[in-house]
Amino acid sequence: MTASVTELSVTPEDRRVAWLATAAVALSLVDAAIPSPLPGVKPGLANIVTLVVLMRYGWGTAVWVSGLRVLAGSLLLGYFLAPGFFLSLTGTTLSLATLGLARHLPTRWFGPVSLSILAAFAHIGGQLLLARLWLIPHNGVFMLTPVFATAALVFGTINGLIAAKLLADTPAAEPAK
Amino acid sequence: MRHWAALLRPGDWLVMAGGAALVGFTLPLLWQGGFAERAIIRQNGQVFAETDLLTHREFQVPGPLGTTLVAVEPGRARVVSDPGPRQYCVRQGWLARPGEIAICAPNRVSVQIAGRTKAYDSLSY
Repeated sequence: MTASVTELSVTPEDRRVAWLATAAVALSLVDAAIPSPLPGVKPGLANIVTLVVLMRYGWGTAVWVSGLRVLAGSLLLGYFLAPGFFLSLTGTTLSLATLGLARHLPTRWFGPVSLSILAAFAHIGGQLLLARLWLIPHNGVFMLTPVFATAALVFGTINGLIAAKLLADTPAAEPAK
Repeated sequence: MRHWAALLRPGDWLVMAGGAALVGFTLPLLWQGGFAERAIIRQNGQVFAETDLLTHREFQVPGPLGTTLVAVEPGRARVVSDPGPRQYCVRQGWLARPGEIAICAPNRVSVQIAGRTKAYDSLSY
C-alpha cells in the first residue's frame, strides 16, 4: 500500500498573503480589545493592512488578505458563523467592492485616505443593510446611522492617514511584513 | 500636523467633505420621532386635554383618588402632584421627547408627549 502524497507547492505570493493576513488578524484582535461604546463602532485597524496591500500588491491580494482575516479573526475571537461573522463578511465584501472601483480614481487626486473613507462608509452601509434585512427587521436600526457614519468618517480618515504614512515610509520593493 | 497634512491629496479633502456632508444629512435620523409638539392628558383612558407645548399651563385632572396636577411648559410637561401612593409619575420629572409618558395608575391619569409622527403604537409595562 502506497501512501499518496499530496504536494502543496507554496509560492512566494502565498507566503506574502499569509504574512499580511497574519498582520491583519493581529490588528483585528487589537480592535476587539478596544472598548467600544456601541457594537459596530470600532477603529477597524485591520483595514490599514487591506489598504496597504491594495495599493502595493493589487486588488486580488487585498481580497485574499481580507477574506482570510475575517475567517481567522472570527475563529480566534469565537464568533465564526455567529451574526457578527456575517456582519463582518458583508461589510468586508462591500468595502472590497468599493475599493475595487475606487482604486481606478486618479491617484494624483485621490490617495489612501479617500479609499479608506469610501471603504469605511461601504463597510458600515453593508452592515446596516444586513442588520435591517436580517437581524433587526425594523427601521429603528437606521436611527443609529449618524453615529455609525461619524465613526466611519473619523476612523476612515485616521486609518487612511496611517496607511498613507506606511506607504510613504516603506519603499515599494520591500514587501510590508 | 504639517507632516500628516502632506499625506492628503486634493481629492481626499473632497471625499472628507463628502463624508461630513453625509453625516450631516443622516443626523436628523437621531430625531426620527420628531420634536415634542403636544401633550396629551388622559383620564381613565379618555383624552382629558390635548395641548401644544408652547405656553405655561396647568391642568387639574380629577380621578378616583383626588386631583392630579399637570404642568405644561414650552417644550415639556410633567405631573406636579398626584394623590397616588407611590408617586412614580411625579418622580419621573419633565417629559420632553415624543413618546415619553408618565402614568399615574392609581388615579388613572396619564401624560404623554406627542411629536409629528408616532414613535410606536402602544406600550406595555
